[in-house]
Amino acid sequence: MNDRPSFDTGAVPVAGEAPRQHALAGFWFHFSENRGAVVGLAIIAALVLVALFAPLIAPHDPGEQFRDALLAPPAWQQGGSPRFLLGTDAVGRDILSRLIYGSQFSLFVGVVVVGIALAVGVTTGLIAGYFGGFADAMIMRVMDIILSFPSLVLAIVLVAVLGPGLTNAMIAIALILQPHFARLTRAAVLAEKSREYVTAARLAGAGRLRLMFVTILPNCLAPLIVQATLSFSNAILDAAALGFLGMGAQPPTPEWGTMLAEAREFILRAWWVVTFPGLAILITVLAINLVGDGLRDALDPRLKRS
Amino acid sequence: MVRKTVFAAASVAAMLLAGTASAKTLIYCSEGSPEGFDPAPYTAGTTNDASSKTLYNRLVEFEKGETTVVPALAEKWEVSDDGLEYTFHLRKGVKFQKTSFFTPTREFNADDVLFSFNRQRQKDSPWYQYTSGVAWDYFDSMDMPNLIKDIVKVDDYTVKFVLTRPDAPFVANLAMDFASILSKEYADKLEAANKKADINLAPIGTGPFAFVAYQKDAVIRYAAHPDYWGGKQPIDNLVFAITTDPAVRVQKLKAGECQAAPYPPPADLAGLRADPKLKVEEQAGLNIAYLAYNTRMAPFDRPEVRRALNQAINKQAIIDAVFQGSGQVAKNPIPPTMWSYSESTVDDKYDPEAAKKALEAAGVKGLKMKVWAMPVSRPYMPNARRTAELIQADFAKVGVGVEIVSMEWGEYLKKAAEVDRDGAVILGWTGDNGDPDNFLGVLLGCAGVGNNNRAQWCYKPFDEIVLKAKTLSGQAERAKLYEEAQAIFKEQAPWATLAHSTVFQPLSTKVSGYKMDPLGSHRFDGVDIAD
Amino acid sequence: MVQFIVGRLLYLVPTLIGITIVAFGFVRVLPGDPVLLMAGEHGVSPERHAALMAQFGFDRPLWEQYLDYVTGLLQGDLGQSIITKVPIANEFFSLFPATVELSVCAIVVAIVIGIPAGVLAAVKRGSWFDQTSMGIALVGYSMPIFWWGLLLIILFSGILQWTPVSGRISLIYFFEPVTGFMLIDSLLSGEKGAFASAVQHLILPTVVLATIPLAVIARQTRSAMLEVLGEDYVRTARAKGLSPLRVVGMHALRNAMIPVITTIGLQVGVLLAGAILTETIFSWPGIGKWLIDSIFRRDYPAVQGGLLLVALVVMAVNLTVDLLYGLVNPRIRHR
Repeated sequence: MNDRPSFDTGAVPVAGEAPRQHALAGFWFHFSENRGAVVGLAIIAALVLVALFAPLIAPHDPGEQFRDALLAPPAWQQGGSPRFLLGTDAVGRDILSRLIYGSQFSLFVGVVVVGIALAVGVTTGLIAGYFGGFADAMIMRVMDIILSFPSLVLAIVLVAVLGPGLTNAMIAIALILQPHFARLTRAAVLAEKSREYVTAARLAGAGRLRLMFVTILPNCLAPLIVQATLSFSNAILDAAALGFLGMGAQPPTPEWGTMLAEAREFILRAWWVVTFPGLAILITVLAINLVGDGLRDALDPRLKRS
Repeated sequence: MVRKTVFAAASVAAMLLAGTASAKTLIYCSEGSPEGFDPAPYTAGTTNDASSKTLYNRLVEFEKGETTVVPALAEKWEVSDDGLEYTFHLRKGVKFQKTSFFTPTREFNADDVLFSFNRQRQKDSPWYQYTSGVAWDYFDSMDMPNLIKDIVKVDDYTVKFVLTRPDAPFVANLAMDFASILSKEYADKLEAANKKADINLAPIGTGPFAFVAYQKDAVIRYAAHPDYWGGKQPIDNLVFAITTDPAVRVQKLKAGECQAAPYPPPADLAGLRADPKLKVEEQAGLNIAYLAYNTRMAPFDRPEVRRALNQAINKQAIIDAVFQGSGQVAKNPIPPTMWSYSESTVDDKYDPEAAKKALEAAGVKGLKMKVWAMPVSRPYMPNARRTAELIQADFAKVGVGVEIVSMEWGEYLKKAAEVDRDGAVILGWTGDNGDPDNFLGVLLGCAGVGNNNRAQWCYKPFDEIVLKAKTLSGQAERAKLYEEAQAIFKEQAPWATLAHSTVFQPLSTKVSGYKMDPLGSHRFDGVDIAD
Repeated sequence: MVQFIVGRLLYLVPTLIGITIVAFGFVRVLPGDPVLLMAGEHGVSPERHAALMAQFGFDRPLWEQYLDYVTGLLQGDLGQSIITKVPIANEFFSLFPATVELSVCAIVVAIVIGIPAGVLAAVKRGSWFDQTSMGIALVGYSMPIFWWGLLLIILFSGILQWTPVSGRISLIYFFEPVTGFMLIDSLLSGEKGAFASAVQHLILPTVVLATIPLAVIARQTRSAMLEVLGEDYVRTARAKGLSPLRVVGMHALRNAMIPVITTIGLQVGVLLAGAILTETIFSWPGIGKWLIDSIFRRDYPAVQGGLLLVALVVMAVNLTVDLLYGLVNPRIRHR
């Protein structure tokens, strides 16, 4: 029953191409064994395609108002027409087209937020872990402070300060997500710092920056990658929640959470304006989490499922 | 089928209630928490519904369902010939409410009137600043501190207001919420106990209902005032169930969890009307939603440009998509239910072609402008964002590019008032006292530039007429002047008048005696509920 | 142990100071101001505006305001709401029980369902139960709960009409709050049907709020169990012929609980964040909704006090978890 894999992050030496390729192949082998993860990956690939080719796929312009078809129901329901497959919203915009364009925002939010959080979190984590002492204490205290507020509360206040909008929402979410990266990196650096290969590199005269980013960092990647996928889905959820509270992307942007917020008043009358954007969020987040699970299992099954 | 069983469950619950106490209880799903229970420091209708309308009376009041002023705590009043002295004769035998926290020993008299007003105007009164941050915004904004020279107690039941200048809307102002009469005896008791702030938490008044309990953000409970001077109310208990989400209010109404709820989302009206347990009353709101150009900025400083843009707006589309039909296109700056409303005004016809030509004729090409959309829903405008999007699409058809601007509501109000504001702003107004000056003078007079006059529009011929009308006391004479003013307004077009919203009031069919208030408040005096 | 606790507490002091600075700082840089909001369309004269701002103390240098704020805090004074003029502490603690009641119910539901499901899934690894329950858990974990809440309202309150739409208890019941917890108060009141009504009102919000913690706990329990089941001592116990129930119950579960307790502790932050959305959707009169409303109303002292108190709650819970952890796992103490 012991299912520990042969692949162990801590022991992989940073060396030539051959072992790296071997590692990749091993990783893919483990990853592709997980059916869910493959399905998730396929959904994400499809989403990326949809986002990239939105102008080609979408039947209508997401902002075009068809004033003769306000709140038209989906095609299969009585009163619906094939012109608007998933119906229209209060000012007659095609919901399907808005969802298609909305995928751009969700993926964009995920990428940017994770990018910022990763860059900031990893850098601060490296500094804290590598230098230790005062820098470490200061940085970790700041992270403690950020983490002692419930994430959404802090994001909401931040957005209130910066002003509502997608950009500010992304900044706020990145800020609340980055302590996780900082903590992970710091812990990994502390574990790696005293290992032989680091000492060897140091003795060989490697500079501090090189030691931090080139020697140590690649060996802390596994948990960071897993955390990044988790953060990706959290970023999408939080951005949608902010949009829902009226503090994220502003209408008429076809961001899914914002669409939900606009649709709330029609909850009793037009179920489709409420249902579809939420479903889109759920499917996207689910796909990313499936991939995240697969990544974790493939990279390092000892990492806790949480 | 399922509906039936649940309804049955609800009736069982109702029977249980009837079993425990045969009291009549009316539950009203109110739209928000009151800021406090002293009406004067606040201007929000939500607060006044929970305080001034239920707990208090005023010297004069608006007749239920009307904007006419009728006697209340004052039985009658006289105005001196120069229009500077108003003498009020107070009603005798009016009792304050007796509650768990206060038992009155005397009846209402002139001291209560003096107390209620003087605390808002005498800076040395211990009640002027009874708890930190108290401000008398409504009193101030109606210019009462400058208008009232003195308030004199002639005897226990006679009070004289001395004014600095004649002012036609003065008596109507005294019917407003800030003029509610509080108990001086109670105030003295609180002051002695050094608990002045309690007047805002545990209120005592002469009104139809007495305060019982308030659980923050959840529920306010009232009981009928047994010795009310107008007679005890038909219902025994009045409950405000605070429900901020409009869709949730509708669901609670349908589920029988409350018997009345304000501001239903327009999208749900059809469903409410179809429900046999409910009835929906409606009334034109005393309000206006407008798009105010900045008339000090080129090219909006030219009336022909403003008129051309007005022609380009499809107002009916706004009524359909934003108001979901619960409004009417506005042609005048005052609502149709207000006296002096000019029927003869001809509205700009929606005609993009003509608008395009007019813009070209005016030499305006490739115009880019900003349209400001407020971030909140207001009674006169359910969704300014959506309105702005529609205007954006309309203006695009005549070659005008629109950028929609929005910001935090407080910022919005402040920046919209600035004289050098860039762009046209969507905003509106709900009448305070049913007087046309409350619209035409306050919103469009020269004195309001840089403040409530969001078009920054100062046009002498208009201003003179409106100022003159305010000093006259005959309504017919005034109406004539206001109609002239409306004609000038239409010709000059500082605003695009967008809509007057219709106010809807869904009620349980068991409720009787409810009358919608054109001024937008919710009153439960005289309301009954069948078992 | 005492040393450990004291150490932990001392460690929190700088964080605490940081939190007061953050709470104070944010509020100072919030755009917009309450005076303008309260005046609405009527507006307010510049003089009046300045006078009011001075009254609230907003015109003084920042550091002076901060010192005042901290001095007040040390005396237990969080300031006064600008809107209602009521002390923040009163507002907070009058609403806090509602949030606690909801959160406790949610976490109990999450634990009671999540742990057994996780254990069973681990023991029957690869079975249909494992796959289905973990599939559901992943969906729950991916759920945008604000949308989930709306769907449940449409279905159970709208179409089926099984549950009440919002609020904490039917308004036909009226009793003075004793504890502030509606479940307890309704029992104390002795009114027939009151308790049932309170429970009915709790169901949907609890389900919504419990969704994510439930998913997280089930997943965490499963993986912790799997790990423990693979350890040598468990295998030894098995080899010795102990019954599977004993192995799982006595040995594995106890050790697997350590990471699960941490996870549960971490859910408190998640719960409070979730409470904001849940309370908004269900008009639940708790602090989540109050905090949002205060932000929108620019009620500075309320936002400031609310942020601080919420952070304190999170810290207190984390500290408790830390201490519990220290008790369960003595190795930690001497680190």
